[in-house]
Order: sequence, then C-alpha cells, then structure tokens
Amino acid sequence: MASLDRVKVLVLGDSGVGKSSLVHLLCQNQVLGNPSWTVGCSVDVRVHDYKEGTPEEKTYYIELWDVGGSVGSASSVKSTRTVFYNSVNGIILVHDLTNKKSSQNLYRWSLEVLNRDSMPTGVLVMNGDYDQEKFADNQIPLLVIGTKLDQIHETKRHEVLTRTAFLAEDFNAEEINLDCTNPRYLAAGSSNAVKLSRFFDKVIEMRYFLRDSNQIPGFPDRKRLLGGTFKNLHYD
Amino acid sequence: MSFLIDSSIMITSQICFFGFGWLFFMRQLFKDYEVRQYVVQVIFSVTFAFSCTMFELIIFEILGVLNSSSRYFHWKMNLCVILLILVFMIPFYIGYFFVSNIRLLHKQRLPFSCLLWLTFMYFFWKLGDPFPILSPKHGILSIEQLISRVGVIGVTLMALLSGFGAVNCPYTYMSYFLRNVTDTDILALERRLLQTMDMIISKKKRMAMARRTMFQKGEVHNKPSGFWGMIKSVTASAPGSENLTLIQQEVDALEELSRQLFLETVDLYATKERIEYSKTFKGKYFNFLGYFFSIYCVWKIFMATINIVFDRVGKTDPVTRGIEITVNYLGIQFDVKFWSQHISFILVGIIIVTSIRGLLITLTKFFYAISSSKSSNVIVLLLAQIMGMYFVSSVLLIRMSMPLEYRTIITEVLGELQFNFYHRWFDVIFLVSALSSILFLYLAHKQAPEKHVAP
Repeated sequence: MASLDRVKVLVLGDSGVGKSSLVHLLCQNQVLGNPSWTVGCSVDVRVHDYKEGTPEEKTYYIELWDVGGSVGSASSVKSTRTVFYNSVNGIILVHDLTNKKSSQNLYRWSLEVLNRDSMPTGVLVMNGDYDQEKFADNQIPLLVIGTKLDQIHETKRHEVLTRTAFLAEDFNAEEINLDCTNPRYLAAGSSNAVKLSRFFDKVIEMRYFLRDSNQIPGFPDRKRLLGGTFKNLHYD
Repeated sequence: MSFLIDSSIMITSQICFFGFGWLFFMRQLFKDYEVRQYVVQVIFSVTFAFSCTMFELIIFEILGVLNSSSRYFHWKMNLCVILLILVFMIPFYIGYFFVSNIRLLHKQRLPFSCLLWLTFMYFFWKLGDPFPILSPKHGILSIEQLISRVGVIGVTLMALLSGFGAVNCPYTYMSYFLRNVTDTDILALERRLLQTMDMIISKKKRMAMARRTMFQKGEVHNKPSGFWGMIKSVTASAPGSENLTLIQQEVDALEELSRQLFLETVDLYATKERIEYSKTFKGKYFNFLGYFFSIYCVWKIFMATINIVFDRVGKTDPVTRGIEITVNYLGIQFDVKFWSQHISFILVGIIIVTSIRGLLITLTKFFYAISSSKSSNVIVLLLAQIMGMYFVSSVLLIRMSMPLEYRTIITEVLGELQFNFYHRWFDVIFLVSALSSILFLYLAHKQAPEKHVAP
C-alpha cells in the first residue's frame, strides 16, 4: 500500500487564514472541529487518482505540508522553516478573503519558497510590486485558494472576487474560493473539485512525466545550510 | 487670556501625541493584521496621548512654562480623562471584544460584556482593602480612591518589569552565557525533524489508504445513527476502525515530538545568530555594556534590600542630594536654584523618555509573540490598559526624583496618597521579581544544554 508514488505539496499562508481546516477538508473529507495553532509543520495525506476515468489512471499519494507561522517571523523561525521546503512539487497559497493583508503577503510567501536557495532568511524588499520574471521561470505549479467566503456579504462579493482574480493571474495560477467549514464547495463534480483535480494532475505530471525535459528545482541542498547561513549576517 | 493660550498649546501637543500613537499602532503593532475595528486604534492613541501629556505637564512644572493655575486645571482634567479611560472604557471594551470572539455568546454580546465589566469593577474595588493607601475620609468615587488603586496595579507592573529587565538585560547582552552551537548540531536536529515527519507521513498514508478501501467496500465511516446503529457498532465494530484509532494515537505522539523538535531547532538557530552577532563590533559593545548593567543590577537589588530591611524611604531627591554634596564636601559654590531646576529637568526628562521607549518596545515584542488574528483586538486593549497604568504610576514615583518645590503640584492634584507606601511596595516587588528572574533564568540555562546531548 505504501508503495504508491508520492508528490509533495506545500500549503502556505498567513496565520489564521484556515490552512489547517483546508488540509483537513481535503484529506479527510470532514470539517475540522477544533482548529488550533499550527506549530512547525503538520502533514496530511490525500489519495489521488491521476487521470481518473482514463486507461492511464494511477493512484498517487499527495502529501500536504501545512507550514505554520507568519511572513514577519524571526529569522531563526524562517531558517528552520526552510527545511520543509526541500523537493517541493506544488504550492497551494491560501489567503483569507476578509483580510486584504493576507492576500498581499502571498507574494512574500511564494518568494520565500522560490528563493530559498539564495536567501535563506527570506528578508526581502517588497515595495508592492513583484517580479514577474521570477514567476515566469517558475516550474512549480501554484494554486490560490481564498477562504471564509461565507463571511463576505453578497454586495461585496463581486469586488472581492475581481481582486482575487487579479491575484491568481499574477501567480499564473488557478483560483478556488470556498468556506472550509462547508464540504459542499468541494463536492464531487463541482467546478472547484475539477480545478483541484486538475492542479494535482499537473503537479504529478511535472514530477513524474516531464522530468527529463525540464529542470525540476528543489532537490535537497546541503549547501543551503553551510553556504547559506553565513549569508545570514548580511541580510538583516 | 493666558488661559486660552495655554490651553491651545496643550491641545496642540495632545493632538501631536495622538498622531504619534496612531502611527505607532499602524506601522508597528498592527503591521501584519488588518484594522477592522477603528475603536481599538482610537482608544490606544487616546491613552497614549493623555499619558504623554501628563509627562509634558511635569516638564512644564519644572521649567515654569505656562500659567500655574492653568497647569493645575489641565492636570486635573487630564487625570480625570485618563482615569475614565482606564477604569471604565478599556475594561468594558476588553470584555466586549473577548465576548465577540466566543461564537456561542455572539448574540448577547452587550449584556455579557456589561457583566464582565461589573466583575472587573468589583475586584478592582476589593484591591484597595489590604493596602494602607488612603486616609479614610474620602467619598466613594473620588479621584483619590481610583488613583490609589490604579497606582497599586501600575507600581506592581513597573516593579515586575524593572526587576525582570534588570536581570535579563545583562543576561542577553553578555556573551558569557551563550551556549556553543555548531552547524553539525543544527544539521543533526533537522535530520531528526525530517525523519519524524517521514514517520508521520507513512502512518498517515496507511490511514488514508485504509479509509479509502473501507469507503470503496461500502462501509461508510459514519457516526452510528439511531439506537440500533449504536448497538450494532458495539458488537460488530469493523477491524479497520480499531486499527485507525491505534495509528491515530501513534500519529498524535509523533506530531507532538515534531513540534518540540521544531521549537528546539528554532532555538538553536537563534543562539547561532546571537553568537555571530556577538563577534561583530556592535555585539562586542553590547557585551561590554552588559558587564556594566550587571553591576548596576546588583547594586539596585542591594539598595532595595537595604531600603526594606532598614525601613527607610529616601526623603531627599538625588538632585538636591548631589548638589548638597558638591556644596558641602567639595566646597564648590553655585546658584543652587538655577542648577537644580535644569538638572532635575534633564534627569526627569531622561527617565521619562527611556521609560516610554522601553515600554513601547516591550509591548511590541509581547504583542508579536502572543497575538493572533482573532485575539489581536483584545491584546492591544490590554496593552493600552497596561500602558496607561504604567504611566500613571510613573508619575507617582517620579515625584521622588524631583526637588521639593516641584513636588507640590503632584501632591496637590493627586491628593492625600501615602506616597511612601508606593515606594516601599515598589522595592518589595522589585526584589521579588529580580530574584525570581535570576532563579528562572538559571534553571532555563541549566536545562538547555542537556537537551542537545542525546543523539
């Protein structure tokens, strides 16, 4: 049973947006009853059928690594977090639809992961713009999920959804907006479930089927620790 | 006429302080959160503004700026407003936001927060009983009653913070106490952490697969519904679900282990950064300062003990005493009145600025450490309360550092408080806090290296 192939997907986002609830919903199809703070990283596993319904159907394990913390954490916390970013095959960026700052912080989160080789402490100068080139070269599939949809009033929904559409476009990613306390948003056959399935399929493809032609970033790097830590001094 | 000019000066300075508090709130405290309830920001800035105005009035008193009667009026008004905020508004709002966070009581927020406020008032009032703070001839709701109680809480806070700060400051500055951390230690710990994560993952894979096969076989993992469902589940529980609970328990234990390993790794990284920092020029400077501060800390503890044992409270302030010494022993003659005014201005000014700055920095650190998006409002209000009480009691205690002629206004405005009691109380709590911080830091320091010896 454990001999199925696996892929690793990170779930990133600010503290309190609902990553743990989301991961619980995705893996156990149940709503998380008592969400509490995630210290460090919590992992859960989802069994996914790649190319479901076709003759090439194959089952994979998808590991969802829910990394806790905030973008403004101390550099020691950030250095420790980078150990979880090894050999990542996909990233799910989670933001809170009721909190604009959590959406803005997604840029910093994604850069923290994508730049972990060059800047382990993740101290970045962000002036609101982002570097489109970084996201263009990026080989790791991204998915943007907005939570707490039920708390947005009907009248404001259009404005919020336009904003998130721009956000997803910036990341060159699909987006899903839902409420983690209500499983019907991800019911089988709904458009959200289809998008999710497509995302996981893409992650698996990048990992297993396009290996030879593309360079996959994110292999475990010992040099990160030894070479990178001495750069710590200069990035405060 | 002069009253109007004075009032306009006071009001402009208050607006400046309000603006500063607003900016501090937005830029520093709440930089990762979204301010949804502007009430919180307003309350914080108002508390800050009125507290700073009190200090400003002391400075004006020393320098002799503004008309004396208008100063007195503004003192009274300031004090009333601050007490109103500290005793009525902030506790009510703390209760209100606390209750709004709890889902069950969401509908009846208002009555519950009133209830909480009444409980707070009851305990606040009871606080005054064991302390000999007042001569018992004042009415119930007079300024003296409220100030005396606020003073007790504030002085306790000040002494606790001072005691801990006096001990912690040399401990953090001096590199003598830094544990030696090498890269191999960190690598080893990270490897353990990743191994633990892998073990958790393999168990979760088994659980996920078991759930999937059960689902496919049609044994839907529902909670037993109805009476017969419950009876059936007792006698014929699927073997799969028993396995699942066992594995779940193992996973819980492993997750706890992974959390601990994560926190230890963070600690090691932080220590490593401090070691790097101590090798820089700034680090060496702070290390040197640390030695000074440790001597200062020992001296303060010694003085506090002497004060308590010999039951003495200093009658003269340091400025007058310094001047006396220079005049009497060193034989230097100079214009006492002129110099005492300027020196006390500088001294009091330094005390005020460093205590405000120190408090704001401590509050910010505290806020980052413990707040989350749900509780940020409550915590900021608590911090505003602490800040207000701290500043009010600073005014009480600063009286001791000023020469007699400047003390009069504080004594007049605050009424007949037993000021000596507050100083004695400060010494006691300072001593207790400093000694327990020493004990606490000693234990923490001893325990840490043992954790990393095991493979």
